[in-house]
Amino acid sequence: MNNGVAVYILISMGVTFDLVGAIGLIRLPDVYNRLQAATKCVTLGTALILLGVVAASGWSAMGIKALLAAIFVLWTSPTGSHALARGAHIAGVPLWSGSVIDKYKEDTGR
Amino acid sequence: MHTFLLLLIIGTFLCLYRVAMGPTPPDRAVGIDTIGVMVVGICGIFGIITGQDFYLNVAIAWALLSFLGTLALAKYLEGRGFDE
Amino acid sequence: METLKRRLLDMLIIFVLWLLLTWSLDLQGVVAGAILAALFALVLSRLLPPHVERLFSPVRWFWALMHIISLAFWVVLANFDVMYRVLHPNLPIRPGIVKVKTTLKSDEAKAFLANSITLTPGTLTIDIIDDWLYVHWINVHESLEDTEAITRDIAGRFEVTLRRVFD
Repeated sequence: MNNGVAVYILISMGVTFDLVGAIGLIRLPDVYNRLQAATKCVTLGTALILLGVVAASGWSAMGIKALLAAIFVLWTSPTGSHALARGAHIAGVPLWSGSVIDKYKEDTGR
Repeated sequence: MHTFLLLLIIGTFLCLYRVAMGPTPPDRAVGIDTIGVMVVGICGIFGIITGQDFYLNVAIAWALLSFLGTLALAKYLEGRGFDE
Repeated sequence: METLKRRLLDMLIIFVLWLLLTWSLDLQGVVAGAILAALFALVLSRLLPPHVERLFSPVRWFWALMHIISLAFWVVLANFDVMYRVLHPNLPIRPGIVKVKTTLKSDEAKAFLANSITLTPGTLTIDIIDDWLYVHWINVHESLEDTEAITRDIAGRFEVTLRRVFD
């Protein structure tokens, strides 16, 4: 392992963000807020872990695959959460009682 | 490295708590989606520990399938067909 | 002629992806990859969006790079923002769904705008209807009816670069 410090920094930051995302998934009050925490933190956390793999293995089969996986996760994870939020809203899950406004419901009536 | 692996597995179990206890179906779907992304990270760390690159193949395939599963769950929540 | 070019481009992209994923240059793998890429390019109807010629414009690639750099900055900021909100003992959130008018025209630009908004601090795109984006905002701090300010806060920072990449 030639650049061990960078690997450790990247992976420890990634794991920290993943854990914060998981804690947010438990603590926040409704589906939409949970999606916010889960999407942002877990996406960047996993991407950072995979970048750590790239830093550890360099220009090899493992590094390239990790890089492709990181790009793929960064690309698809927001799309998936967007679909889930829309599905939840159409399925009729209400917003948390402390929410201040719901323009989507006003405009589409769903 | 093993510490990071342990921490990630703990995080996965935190998500499982949401899957098990989630008051509404979308909550469970969010938990499953999050687990899917976290397992990709676990596969990456396995790859570093063992030094074998097929774990990254698993990671890519898992990311693809988890994305498709999330889209299918979202379509199911909308209560409509898959061809729209 | 135009469709033939598109098919060849599709095939090239799939083939390069195959080479990266297998990461070896032995003859069997390369031949199998070429055959499979040709097959998939025939079966898949439209891998790339219209206006393929834009793929070869260096100016657009430069602005794409600028977009990625600014996005990386906002994504890291977003994570510390979420970390603060999640770990704070009394959860400082004030959520709501607001709507934002975008000036971008093409579908790809809107899709990338929606993804970028989802990855930035406190915002999550829920739906796009025509030019309106419905965004769940974890901490609504503008006045609720002031669509201009909300749009500037949420979408303005990406529209500048995305317009130069896609429109």
